[in-house]
Amino acid sequence: MATQILMPALSPTMTEGKLARWLKNVGDDVRAGEVVAEIETDKATMEIEAVDEGKLTQILVPEGTEGVAVNTPIAVLSANGEAVAVAAVAAPVAQAPVVLASTQAVAPAAAAIAEDKDWGAMAPTTVREALRDAMALEMRADADVFLLGEEVAQYQGAYKISQGLLEEFGPKRVIDTPITEHGFTGMAVGAALNGLKPIVEFMTFNFSMQAMDQIINSAAKTLYMSGGQMGCPIVFRGPNGAASRVAAQHSQCYASWYAHVPGLKVVAPWSAADAKGLLRAAIRDPNPVVVLENEILYGQTFDCPTDPDFVLPIGKAKIERAGTHVTIVAFSVMVGVALKAAEILAARGIEAEVVNLRSLRPLDTDTVVASVKKTSRLVTVEEGWPYAGIGAEVAMRVIEEAFDWLDAPPVRVHGADVPLPYAVNLEKLALPQPDWVVDAVTKIV
Amino acid sequence: MAQAADTRKRGKTSGKANSPEIDREQLLAAYRTMLLIRRFEEKAGQLYGMQLIGGFCHLYIGQEAVVTGMQMAIGEGDEVITSYRDHGHMLACGMEARGVMAELTGRAGGYSRGKGGSMHMFSKEKNFFGGHGIVGAQVSLGNGLAFSNWYRGNDRVCLTYFGEGASNQGQVYESFNLAALMKLPTVFIIENNKYGMGTSVERASASHDLSKNGSPWGIASAQVDGMDVLAVKAAAEVAVAACRAGKGPYLLEAKTYRYRGHSMSDPARYRPREELQLMRTQHDCIDHARHQLEQLGVEEARFKAIDDEVKAIIQDAADFAQASPEPDAAELWTDVLVGG
Repeated sequence: MATQILMPALSPTMTEGKLARWLKNVGDDVRAGEVVAEIETDKATMEIEAVDEGKLTQILVPEGTEGVAVNTPIAVLSANGEAVAVAAVAAPVAQAPVVLASTQAVAPAAAAIAEDKDWGAMAPTTVREALRDAMALEMRADADVFLLGEEVAQYQGAYKISQGLLEEFGPKRVIDTPITEHGFTGMAVGAALNGLKPIVEFMTFNFSMQAMDQIINSAAKTLYMSGGQMGCPIVFRGPNGAASRVAAQHSQCYASWYAHVPGLKVVAPWSAADAKGLLRAAIRDPNPVVVLENEILYGQTFDCPTDPDFVLPIGKAKIERAGTHVTIVAFSVMVGVALKAAEILAARGIEAEVVNLRSLRPLDTDTVVASVKKTSRLVTVEEGWPYAGIGAEVAMRVIEEAFDWLDAPPVRVHGADVPLPYAVNLEKLALPQPDWVVDAVTKIV
Repeated sequence: MAQAADTRKRGKTSGKANSPEIDREQLLAAYRTMLLIRRFEEKAGQLYGMQLIGGFCHLYIGQEAVVTGMQMAIGEGDEVITSYRDHGHMLACGMEARGVMAELTGRAGGYSRGKGGSMHMFSKEKNFFGGHGIVGAQVSLGNGLAFSNWYRGNDRVCLTYFGEGASNQGQVYESFNLAALMKLPTVFIIENNKYGMGTSVERASASHDLSKNGSPWGIASAQVDGMDVLAVKAAAEVAVAACRAGKGPYLLEAKTYRYRGHSMSDPARYRPREELQLMRTQHDCIDHARHQLEQLGVEEARFKAIDDEVKAIIQDAADFAQASPEPDAAELWTDVLVGG
């Protein structure tokens, strides 16, 4: 039986090459794996090896020939030495250009997200307590849930979020790690790929940059790359954004960084109810969820539902204050800034509707668009940098879906486009204040 | 179609590690697995040349004894994770040649339905956790697989493979520390094939004995001839037994050699041709096993039967990988999120 040796492609982009040299002659025996020829590409000279064994009965392309197209037969091997005519080469399977079945710009979010509802009785609760309670409730309910991070156990959490958890759940489920973000994040992702449900606490999200490869390349992409075989039920949580006077390396908002990534969900709670409801949902979610908390909010007290089943849907925004003149969209600590601005505006006769996004990916475009259709004006507020930020995304979606309803261009309020400075006056100049929001609104109303 | 023998059977880890007894049937099975991997990789190289496989494609030719010997020492439920030079590991785990080859051609019949490619393949069923394209990332992930065994209180171990090039990544040392600190049941296997892409180990590592790289953390270790499948198996049995007994991680350095370039477009000019020829002709793992089998009285007909069987599996895999359709366009949007 005869086999053709074809001109091989030696790189993803090669279409032709020079047959530089034959190392075998007609009549030679060839073993599988033996080098038979040298091929010159635009990048290098490469050896090609025989895949099949047999006797070289014909050389079809003499050495020195340039511009030999990939897949051209260059020689014939014969198992028993018979002369063989060259048969036509089967053309490689045609690669038709991919026609998208859908024009959707982002991958669809998980279906069947329960609606928010009235949860009845409330009690004053700090965001810190709400986060702790969310973890404790989920850890009681599911033995596969555990918490790891720096100082989460014996120290009770650098910001005391995990207070009491070590005592209740023991050192196997509340694990102090060394200062080794890349290593412990990768370990947690591996545990999640094997079916456990880790909660990774970053002392602050600034340190998650040490581990970002594992969050994006491993946690977010494995489900897709495995054709749906291997999910990653994991939560990455911790304080995000500026705290107070800790300067550039410890004061950064990761909202748009993580919200950029398909395969992740990203939530950013403001109130205690947000914190408790969204963290519980994140822990139960079969996907990797980034929970962006805020240090300034940890000690703030809000009314929070006491119902033991309380949970919030990921992907639903909340209208914190109704209004008719302008829509202010904010998330995390900036919801408080927006509400303060709304009070000042109300005193001036401007009724602002304040939308708390709660979830950044998926983004509740419907709620934002419905609000803008009512108010015809949009102001976004975020602590992070403006470039490719959440405000830019929200504004673009409103332009795409409610352009005709807008009576003025959307305005973004955001942190100054600089590394955060230390000096008290400069820091204040860099972070959005209520009067910035008031000014933005009065520009367009 | 038949596939690679799943060599993982529980309870075969008690062998005398220092003087490998030659079990004829086991060695024949190992010979067959190594041959299957080699023929698979040669076929993959050919299909790449025909442009049926695209992108990066890292062949395992030369290194077959490492994964084959290691896998002989583990049992059902033990986890395996490796880098992007992963085709051999998948076959040795008992994954079907068809599904692996069809993934290489980017077809619906591939293990990741065409969405992962050569470097990103997984099998939950066979406890094979990838197939990872980022150098060193699998080492931390492997710790997580071992962690889950520790957490669940079972006696499973994780084999975490990486190259000598990856051994210079920071997260590898973070993982050594964590594994030793938590006594995780991880066998770290450095497949030292002497070149991290085009840079020799001497030019990349100040450490001359990579098996000692875990010594600051007290990680037990050994160096083994990665071209000798029985030597690898014997060393693996010691390592796996230690892990299973709760003694914490173990580091094995397997000295091996890759015959082909780093990826497909690498002419391998950074090493002398004589070095490659010497390894191929004097130290080839398949030739070595065959020689041992001949001395054990295995006859030509048996080799021929194995050759024919392997050839048929590979041809079937290649045919399947070309006949399998491209993934449906709707697949673009699936598996981004669970439930969405």
